[in-house]
Amino acid sequence: MSKSVIEMPPKGGFSFDLCKRNEMLAKKGVSPPSFRKTGTTIVGLIFQDGVILGADTRATEGPIVCDKNCEKIHYMAPNIYCCGAGTAADTEAVTDMVSSQLQLHRYHTGRESRVVTALTLLKRHLFNYQGYVSAALVLGGVDVTGPHLHTIYPHGSTDTLPFATMGSGSLAAMAVFESKYKEGLTRDEGIKLVTEAICSGIFNDLGSGSNVDICVITKGAKEYLRNHLQPNPRTYTSSKGYSFPKKTEVLLTKITPLKEKVEIIEGGDAMEE
Amino acid sequence: MTKQQANWSPYDNNGGSCVAIAGADYCVIAADTRMSTGYNILTREYSKICKLADKCVMASSGFQADVKALQKQLAARHLIYQHQHNKQMSCPAMAQLLSNTLYYKRFFPYYSFNVLGGLDNEGKGCVFTYDAVGSYEKVGYSSQGSGSTLITPFLDNQLKSPSPLLLSVQDAVTPLVEAEAIDLVKTVFASASERDIYTGDKIEIVVVNATGIRREYMELRKD
Repeated sequence: MSKSVIEMPPKGGFSFDLCKRNEMLAKKGVSPPSFRKTGTTIVGLIFQDGVILGADTRATEGPIVCDKNCEKIHYMAPNIYCCGAGTAADTEAVTDMVSSQLQLHRYHTGRESRVVTALTLLKRHLFNYQGYVSAALVLGGVDVTGPHLHTIYPHGSTDTLPFATMGSGSLAAMAVFESKYKEGLTRDEGIKLVTEAICSGIFNDLGSGSNVDICVITKGAKEYLRNHLQPNPRTYTSSKGYSFPKKTEVLLTKITPLKEKVEIIEGGDAMEE
Repeated sequence: MTKQQANWSPYDNNGGSCVAIAGADYCVIAADTRMSTGYNILTREYSKICKLADKCVMASSGFQADVKALQKQLAARHLIYQHQHNKQMSCPAMAQLLSNTLYYKRFFPYYSFNVLGGLDNEGKGCVFTYDAVGSYEKVGYSSQGSGSTLITPFLDNQLKSPSPLLLSVQDAVTPLVEAEAIDLVKTVFASASERDIYTGDKIEIVVVNATGIRREYMELRKD
């Protein structure tokens, strides 16, 4: 009976081979690079004609803002959009992937995509990765069965709600929703409420900031209002401007010519030996 | 048996940035007014600047509870000095006092990153920069706090000589006029608040010159 272990080809998913090495490095004081997270306030609500999604536009790397105006409302299908919070790479990748899958499905079935389809595809993927794909999503859209709004957590659980918030600014935004939400809002009331909720996140949460993006989805139509509100312009620009005349200083110039190395073979055939 | 890690820390970081620039006959000290903890804002109107003596002002970022305690200590010691010497402490004297006070707690430090600014006995501007345990140096300008990594390179580019190997270290004062220095400070904070989440709300700018101390404010991004 052979005791050899059959080498399985690596399946997809995460490889944990380097975990021990990373632990050892961390003990020695070498810290791993930080991920770009989106800090974030994302919201969604259902109004009388459909769904409105909202998001802020700040992406952070720890305490530093790495993108002041990024897009957090991702396209999934002509009638479905998804806001993403958590690790930026994860939200981008997972929404792009499911968006492609939905398109293929549309070709296959010949029908408009349904929100529950996107929901199931996303939650299956996230559960499969056991929470390591750090994407917290607010999925909204209008299909033949009506308007839908869902939240999806990194571990793969979902909720179906009339209004929802996610991200580090979710508590600030939810406070606004819980105070002012009612059923049967008109489009303008809905946009105003979503803007207020995102602004609450922008001003009270340090992980969220910059501008407000809105997406209104109704039966047969969608409106993507990029930078619907820009409440944070630059506060001061010097009137005289600044010049940067100092280039890199040349402290020392030393030129070392490369010597030619020439080998002289006395007689003999160069090809032998 | 691995060593047990502490699950409680006596320190917290309330964020914020401070800057000071010394001129020929003035000194500009500025700090933002946001106090935060984690991802939350505690208040948008907290002054990180404290007047220690007639011509001596300190700005500190870090853990504001420790900063308050430090300010109280220095105020008390200054009062004693005034009783004993019948005069105010000069800026260089206060600088040394601050250094000693910080080092006194070398093994349980004040989590306070300070810049001290003012006029010396001759009326020239001076800025002293500190670390948390009292190491200090007289410089022409300095920045501390969460935005310092964004502010210092810009100040270096605008104010510093190209390289100490080419030019000898000049007198530690900038060639700028008071108005230009204030303009620089405003620009630098506006830029820092764009990219640092802990810097914002308002700047408090304090100018110390021969006529006395004056204060001005400027609005910053509130997000």
